Amino acid sequence: MNKIISGSTLPILSVLIFIFAIWYVGTVLLNSPFQKDVYKRKGVDNYSYSQLIGDTMSQKRPVLPPPHQVMAELWNSTVNKKITSKRSLIYHAGITLSSTILGFIIGSLLGIILAIAIVYSRTCDKTLMPWIITSQTIPILAIAPMIIVVLSALGIQGLLPKAFISTYLSFFPVTISMVKGLRSPETIELDMMKTWNANGIETLFKLRLPSSIPFLFAGMKIGIAAALVGAIIGELPTGAVSGLGARMLQGSYYGQMVQIWSALFFASFIAALLVTIIDLIRLSTLKRFGQVN
Amino acid sequence: MFLSIIKNNCFSLISLTSILTSLFFDGSVIGFSLILLFLLVSFLSKSLNSILLTGILLHAFIFYLLDDVYSSNTSAGLWLQLFASWISAIIFVSRLAFLNPKIDIFKKIMVLVVPFFFGLWIILLWEILCVGFNVPQLLLPAPSLIGLQISNSLDLLYADFHQTVIKAVIPGYIYGCGSAFILAVIIDRSPFLQRGLLPIGNLVSAMPIVGIAPIMVMWFGFDWQSKAAVVAIMTFFPMLVNTVAGLQIASNIDHDVMGTWGSSYWQSLFKMRLPKALPLIFNGLKINTTLALIGAIVAEFFGTPIVGMGFRISVEAQRMSFDLVWAEITMAALVGSCFYGILALLERYLTFWHPSFHSR
Repeated sequence: MNKIISGSTLPILSVLIFIFAIWYVGTVLLNSPFQKDVYKRKGVDNYSYSQLIGDTMSQKRPVLPPPHQVMAELWNSTVNKKITSKRSLIYHAGITLSSTILGFIIGSLLGIILAIAIVYSRTCDKTLMPWIITSQTIPILAIAPMIIVVLSALGIQGLLPKAFISTYLSFFPVTISMVKGLRSPETIELDMMKTWNANGIETLFKLRLPSSIPFLFAGMKIGIAAALVGAIIGELPTGAVSGLGARMLQGSYYGQMVQIWSALFFASFIAALLVTIIDLIRLSTLKRFGQVN
Repeated sequence: MFLSIIKNNCFSLISLTSILTSLFFDGSVIGFSLILLFLLVSFLSKSLNSILLTGILLHAFIFYLLDDVYSSNTSAGLWLQLFASWISAIIFVSRLAFLNPKIDIFKKIMVLVVPFFFGLWIILLWEILCVGFNVPQLLLPAPSLIGLQISNSLDLLYADFHQTVIKAVIPGYIYGCGSAFILAVIIDRSPFLQRGLLPIGNLVSAMPIVGIAPIMVMWFGFDWQSKAAVVAIMTFFPMLVNTVAGLQIASNIDHDVMGTWGSSYWQSLFKMRLPKALPLIFNGLKINTTLALIGAIVAEFFGTPIVGMGFRISVEAQRMSFDLVWAEITMAALVGSCFYGILALLERYLTFWHPSFHSR
């Protein structure tokens, strides 16, 4: 019992309940103007408040869908549909996930290579580092439509253009934390390697890379969330027909709020899943390194 | 001994061979002697002034070569000399990177000069390759064309800037960061709320919040209000998480000191805890600059009046007028960098005491 009070379960639960309460209140407030309009057109004058509230919860095209409607839609479009169906969220998520993961892998490799170049060459450090930071102040999404149009003019379509945007967003956190990680060995450890007459490559593989592992995973956790955002946004400008971003775009074209919300929730669920997977890999790797019990 | 000289100066040797061969393919004698001069100076001298001077001469020569590229008066010698000067520029930048000027002002200038030359080189290379090899404008317009487009459509660019940045990004950024800051100060007083809100805040920060853009466009309409709302929501959680973490930095000793001086909650908040939290608060503010621009531009993909940076980019990209798209991108990059730069300067001014700014 003491653990429940002092732990974070109870606070998180109560904050969640509070959020849901606000959500329901918002549903009633935002949906009731339309509902009143409906009553007026139907000529229903004496409606009770409980009836009004009940009706705002079950509109077909609500301004703000209540949580249970979103959950029902989520359930319908994941469990009740075949995976191959175009109405299945799992199908759309698969498309988004494939470009997320491709982009993330390229981005992580690029980030690691850049970090090694920066740590080992002073020229790279001085010339590349400021530009890498500047690269992130440029809103990539501004470039996304053009990348996609240009690449499709070159005959490259489908996965790669979207993966490129994921790469651009995910390489940065990996680079920054890898630079920190590769520089984390202390002078005494570097001196030790020197005493053993280790050359640059040996120092890299036997000292710098192993000690950068925790930093690498910290960067990859941010990177994979960014890669997912990149893939979703990469689907917007093309007017893509499949993928979570495309679901949102279609939802906004046809005024399907429930569809947008369910796509959004599913995307968040996937983000949480991806971060958890990276975290699990981190834990098992660190265990093999003997850094975690 | 001999081998190690070759190994250390392989770039110089490549450059030397290519200018020597360029003489047999109509390369200009001026170019040959200029690059030779630079190579000699960089090989013999270690002083900043001589390397900087010949390096700048080298770059002036490249601009001179550009003229020939424009008039498509290209020969193998010209390309060889361009290649040689490119290699020399690499030597130049790496020499600059290794210099350690004694005077403070020079140190500060060098931090900017090295990346500046790198950027200049990328643009020059882009220009030369685009013009020299007749790259179709559809693929990649040359920087000069983009510059021309920028100067031709200043009015249009300003209208887009006004719609996206002044009307949407800045108000949204202020609302989002401001309310997150206030909420952070409030929940800082309650450990219960902290334990409840922080994990959720961290989770939400990792979520693709951009997805609320279509929802906001449906709620607040096509104009700037919906974009400002997206920006406010996107900037809210990073700011909240960073501010709360920042307010927890102060240690027990700091609290005890303030207690000994009999300071009230607010006094210790304003005089000790907020200043201590500034590095993390600025961290949040800096992360948010890019997020704010992204949020506003993406929200414009979902519907907008016929003005705005995101609108222009998506429409002009589909009409294949890429010079205008690149002009918008240049502006977006400039706005993003300036926004970030202003905050970084402010951070340096306000948190000068933080160890990360101490010069080593």
